[in-house]
Amino acid sequence: MFTIVKKEDLSHDVHQMEIDAPYIARKAKPGQFVILRVGDTGERIPLTIADSDSNAGTITLVFQEVGKTTMIMGGLEEGDKLDDVVGPLGLPSHIDKLGLVVCVGGGIGIAPIHPVARGFKEAGSRVVSIVGARTKKLLIMEDEMEKASTEVRVCTDDGSCGQHGFVTNVLEGLIEEGNPIDLVVAIGPVPMMEAVCKLTKPYGIKTTVSLNPIMVDGTGMCGACRVTVGGDVKFACVDGPDFDGHEVDFSELRLRQRMYLQEERDAIETLTYMSE
Amino acid sequence: MPQQPADERRHNFDEVPYGYTPETAMLEASRCLQCKKPRCVAGCPVGIDIPGFIKAIEVGDFPESIRVLKESNALPAVCGRVCPQEDQCEILCVLSVKQDPVAIGRLERFAADWEREHGETRLPEVAPSTGKKVAVVGAGPAGLTVAGDLIVKGHEVTVFEALHKPGGVLVYGIPEFRLPNEIVEFEINNLKKLGVKVVNNVVVGKTFTIEELMQEEGFDAVFLGVGAGLPWFMGIPGENLNGVYSANEYLTRSNLMGGHDFPRFDTPLKRGKKVAVIGGGNVAMDAARTAKRLGAESIIVYRRSKKEMPARIEEIHHAEEEGIEFHFLTAPVRILGNDDGAVTGMECLTMELGEPDDSGRRRPVPVKGSEYVLDVDVVIVSVGTGSNPLLTKSTPGLKLNKWDYIEVDEKTGATSVPGVYAGGDIVRGAATVILAMGDGRMASGAMHRYLMGEPEPDEETEDETGEP
Repeated sequence: MFTIVKKEDLSHDVHQMEIDAPYIARKAKPGQFVILRVGDTGERIPLTIADSDSNAGTITLVFQEVGKTTMIMGGLEEGDKLDDVVGPLGLPSHIDKLGLVVCVGGGIGIAPIHPVARGFKEAGSRVVSIVGARTKKLLIMEDEMEKASTEVRVCTDDGSCGQHGFVTNVLEGLIEEGNPIDLVVAIGPVPMMEAVCKLTKPYGIKTTVSLNPIMVDGTGMCGACRVTVGGDVKFACVDGPDFDGHEVDFSELRLRQRMYLQEERDAIETLTYMSE
Repeated sequence: MPQQPADERRHNFDEVPYGYTPETAMLEASRCLQCKKPRCVAGCPVGIDIPGFIKAIEVGDFPESIRVLKESNALPAVCGRVCPQEDQCEILCVLSVKQDPVAIGRLERFAADWEREHGETRLPEVAPSTGKKVAVVGAGPAGLTVAGDLIVKGHEVTVFEALHKPGGVLVYGIPEFRLPNEIVEFEINNLKKLGVKVVNNVVVGKTFTIEELMQEEGFDAVFLGVGAGLPWFMGIPGENLNGVYSANEYLTRSNLMGGHDFPRFDTPLKRGKKVAVIGGGNVAMDAARTAKRLGAESIIVYRRSKKEMPARIEEIHHAEEEGIEFHFLTAPVRILGNDDGAVTGMECLTMELGEPDDSGRRRPVPVKGSEYVLDVDVVIVSVGTGSNPLLTKSTPGLKLNKWDYIEVDEKTGATSVPGVYAGGDIVRGAATVILAMGDGRMASGAMHRYLMGEPEPDEETEDETGEP
């Protein structure tokens, strides 16, 4: 059992949870994730490690309520426990000292991009982070991103904060400024990552994405998370979750993420009905 | 053996055979001729004294029969249910020449179940503490055997399991109707009573490396029983459509995660109306019979003929009784889907048998122009599993063979890393529960000698070398 030592609501349905998990905290590297489970009939879900503190022995997860499990988690308090947390899973992000790295975080994707940005900055790279959300109150971790980056550019779909537009608009502007970009790392909803890759491809800018397919075990034994990259089938949990964005079959990923849409809706309905 | 009728059992996940009563067990046991030179023993991968345990049942001394069994087999309740006795002990029984062999497997199951159901389980005595610490990686049959053997010798044993429940294939792979998880839990609880620590949610290779276990966490020896759980896919078009599962995923969702009971359990599983399972082994049978129980029409698609199927005869037989369709000499060509990315069918090709291949079985050869489309909405790929590089890749100095399985000393299970031993599927490739347990037994003996600084038997003089 893994105790929630701190819980903060970042918006009405986005929460930040610090969890007591010393062995995971000790080993966690940027880009890695955990698989967790709540309750004895619970499902296993992956969440990227947004931060870790090996001295305190804790990891931080940031999640949005998108289904039954994340909704139940949203209702937990400090002192409550998660039944199972396993990690750190996946290959760590490849961090280097680069001239200019652009870290693009869309919506909830800002949380997993945070340790990546920080890693590159600590390695001596110049890090420009582009963070975007639909509206100001959905922007998360602004202070953390400031600390983790050389420069932060904010945008919102509705213009309530920062530039009025999408992260791709800001990125295009940055590319047009002319400074050579060594790497773009993009994390966020699939359509966002796909749009970033479409944008960078004609410029030949190397782009890494962090994929979030459905997972069950997270250690390479079931194949639920298989994605097609460069025509080959890869398991996101052991070969990724980072992949070369220009090689990813995003339309297949999008379809595969929808496999249990009906079951997910049914589960949410039951949960909502039961809590009324 | 009285069993659930097929019509009933294809709607539930209860075990198929009811098991012997003491009377029927004693009757069956009396068929054993108690051969002076029993042929059956040589067929058993762990060398159980078969006539010995059967004699005890015959005279009604059930505690004695389980005592004899447990001298060689740590998990008789499991093996009695899942061993391919027809290829091991029963095939060698003298009676099998003219009649049915003695039902060795069923008698083993009877003895183990009797002990458990009557609360008769006698836990062995634990030797005084040796001060040595052993890490077992993987709570599957090999690891559990090593844990049970070494704890009674006085060592401190911790089993590390990657999943949230221990048992390995026994809980995620083999369905309830073949091996109830409560039996596995019972055995694991006995190990805990003896002092074995079981730590779930630890992936050795990620959460700890083997080096960290030995240098930092103070373990003196490590056993690797991580299995060969990486699912193989066929590489045919459409394999990533929604509704195509590896057998591992399908069975894990159903068995371990309770998916067969969604929405009571949160993990969903596509039941499908018509399910095709590609493959002919025990796992394929498990998947097909699970699909049937979940309300689908269930079809086995196998590229060779019935004779070549590697599955246990009893499983094939039960599957046939339950109404599973078998399409032999059939191979899948591509899986068809709709715009939503869901499976709508599978194009298949008829095969005929040509010359034998490396496995000795006749190679299937396509019959030109014989394509046809199977109307299915779920496809389960059950064509085998291989080594998962997660642990082996993160362990420098661990010598692997060309298929990425761990190379070990045949007599001891020792790997190329001192103090590290291995057994089961990670050494052999996907095999059986009993072979994994046999490897565990062999390794635990060698590990004990290593920990105590004792020499291996063949390091002694020739006179002293002999049977254990």
